[in-house]
Amino acid sequence: MSDEPEKGLLRWVTTTNHKDIGTLYLVFSLAMFFLSGAMALLIRTELYRPNLMFLSPLFYNQLVTSHGLIMIFGAIMPALAGFANWQIPLMIGAADMAFPRLNNWSFWLLPFAILLLVSPYFIGGPAPDMGWTFYAPLSTTYGPPGTDAMIFAIHMLGISSILASINIIATILNLRAPGMTLWDMPIFVWSWLITAFLILAIMPVLAGTVTMMLTDRHFGTSFFNAAGGGSPLLFEHLFWFFGHPEVYVLALPVFGIISEIIPTFSRKPLFGAMSMIYAILAIAIMSFVVWVHHMFTTGVYLSTQLFFMYTTMIVAVPTGVKVFNWIATMYKGAITLEPPMMFAVGFVFLFTLGGLTGVMLAIVPADYQYHATYFVVGHFHYVIVSGLYFGLVAGAYYWVPKWTGKMYNFTLASWHFWLSLISSNITFWPMLLVGLAGMPRRIPDYNLQFTDFNQLATFGAFAFGLSQILFVIAMRQCIKGHQKAGQTIWDGAKGLEWRLPTPLPYHTFSEPPKVEGKTYI
Amino acid sequence: MSKHEHHIIPPTYLPILGSVAIFLFLVGFLSWLHKSTYAIYASSTGAFLLLLTVVLWFGQVIKENMTIFRDDEQMDRSFRWGMAWFLFTEVALFAAFFGVLYYTRFISLSILGGTVGDEATHYLLWPNFSGAWPVLHTPDPSKFLGPKQVIGPWGLPAINTLILLVSGVTITLAHWALIEEKHKLAGFWQLLTILLGISFLCLQATEYIEAFTEHGLRLDSGIYGNIFFMLTGLHGFHVTLGTIMLCVILVRILLEHFDEHHHFAFEAVAWYWHMVDIVWLMLFVFVYWL
Repeated sequence: MSDEPEKGLLRWVTTTNHKDIGTLYLVFSLAMFFLSGAMALLIRTELYRPNLMFLSPLFYNQLVTSHGLIMIFGAIMPALAGFANWQIPLMIGAADMAFPRLNNWSFWLLPFAILLLVSPYFIGGPAPDMGWTFYAPLSTTYGPPGTDAMIFAIHMLGISSILASINIIATILNLRAPGMTLWDMPIFVWSWLITAFLILAIMPVLAGTVTMMLTDRHFGTSFFNAAGGGSPLLFEHLFWFFGHPEVYVLALPVFGIISEIIPTFSRKPLFGAMSMIYAILAIAIMSFVVWVHHMFTTGVYLSTQLFFMYTTMIVAVPTGVKVFNWIATMYKGAITLEPPMMFAVGFVFLFTLGGLTGVMLAIVPADYQYHATYFVVGHFHYVIVSGLYFGLVAGAYYWVPKWTGKMYNFTLASWHFWLSLISSNITFWPMLLVGLAGMPRRIPDYNLQFTDFNQLATFGAFAFGLSQILFVIAMRQCIKGHQKAGQTIWDGAKGLEWRLPTPLPYHTFSEPPKVEGKTYI
Repeated sequence: MSKHEHHIIPPTYLPILGSVAIFLFLVGFLSWLHKSTYAIYASSTGAFLLLLTVVLWFGQVIKENMTIFRDDEQMDRSFRWGMAWFLFTEVALFAAFFGVLYYTRFISLSILGGTVGDEATHYLLWPNFSGAWPVLHTPDPSKFLGPKQVIGPWGLPAINTLILLVSGVTITLAHWALIEEKHKLAGFWQLLTILLGISFLCLQATEYIEAFTEHGLRLDSGIYGNIFFMLTGLHGFHVTLGTIMLCVILVRILLEHFDEHHHFAFEAVAWYWHMVDIVWLMLFVFVYWL
């Protein structure tokens, strides 16, 4: 059998190589990050001044919806899948993923799904305009025609995520190098094992939910319509039963990346590695019983609200364990601040801040005040942008030089870090403040007294967006640059992937390595 | 070959073909929903290409597993994990709809009917609505006319339960025959399983016709009909797929593709069939009976 890749573009269409597919995921993710980021900048431009400036309210709502959906399904999840594809086989000593063809399909469903998602901007619109949560009846009775395209796009995205997760689980459970037990696996692999399980549990629920939306819209059913005996609140329960674990689907693999980076640059083993695994498990299990905290103001029973308030606050415990362990790993370590470590430390600090605002939102009486304000927007952008995005960038700065054999410029990457750190805080901190003062989210206009902070946020958003061009330059240096990267690259790095030659050959571990015990200590 | 030597899967055009197929199919479906005239061309092209993808893809996997991967235990375990986790997603999908049933019946209908919680919802919206299950009178009959009656459990559904349970036995007998490498006997039990699957589908179709024409139980007849058709329809779709897969396996049994140690394709379909069977039992109890 020939295992040589095809030439030119066809290589990327037909590839069954986990490294090629990982690259496809990461490049696609970066493209979607900029597309969706551009939408965010349009939103921020509209919010630069009170009054309607240049977007119509309808178009504004469409942008808010697409921005959220594309960031989650088009940018963050593919980025995580990209790291999974590159790193999991390397870290467990496997030659490739368990199902290489399926792996290719998982990726190639994505561009078509996103094409379907944005198609209403060009034909068959208006595009969906009810926010990324697409609550019924906004998406059923009042949903614009483009909603159907969104429904089908979500079906395709769901198939893609499910296939990728089945592949990842089978790879981890079955393709580990001889001698590596589950408990010996690096934390990043553990985090993806649990994430894949979460995806398999929740994606079918989302698929079922959008299918009911479709039949409500076109086939006369009334699942989410009380006039026929259904319930619009049912939609919210279903959506958030998917939606809350989804947050951890985005977060857990990034926790894994950070748990790899911090020990390397602290030159100490990860503090409490076992408790890290248990913490990930605990977070994953708890994520199934917290969903109503998104719905405190919908009129659910008080007893229900209290139950979900407590469960939500309990999630802070395993999360706190993780943050403690990261800090304890750094404590008395021989720390050096290369770019991956800068972003990792930035992650720990800012993600914790985002998490703490989450605990504020979990408190039922406080949530009555914060619900649907910019405080919520500030909260999840702290978690996702200055948290997860920083973690993903840290992962790229950490591993990409090993993959490609070329190093980026440290000064450039440091500028990228400091500009991102400052500008993301300028963007999202004012959102927390105007939110506490009562500015509602998802509205293109606002009261005069919020003007200063909104202008600050808009300024910060543009600065943040432009700073990310530095990241693209750094990544280009990793591919086309001249500075060669060494064998281990980071002198504290442990684990199977660092024992391979730099740059990585197209096929690695054709013969599985012999492993005894934990490879990352 | 050594036990751990890894085989490289060569580059393939099948995934991109599958993606284009699904995309075309959905674009066609989308256009049909919005009354476009050429929707049918896109949809049928997409469906044809998807069928082609599936046939070619499975064909290739079958070929590989009968030759180079025949004694690859690791590959075999991968397929087992893959199928098991796929079934897990199927269970999650059905669980979501059973969750809808539970929530509707015990929470939202009780609130609408005024038996639980704040009675204002009941009095302000539809004070005449009782919230009784099954829902024969919807809250707003001018929009959603309720059914005259629903399908009872002790007619066709009970026969169907029996059919599926027996089919679970026959497929096991086929498995035992296969392990003893009695291919003709295995083929016989497999054929019987297929016939049972087809009779299940026929009875289910009869029941649907009865529901539509005599009982006025339709997709638009309120929440009972919605849940009934969503759950039984999704299940029926799975039985249809399962029957097709059983047929493919029958052909492979008769071609003597399997022996005592190499028949995971058979087992995968058997797992699938048992999953469909268990889902039906849940349906029978919670949708038809209780």
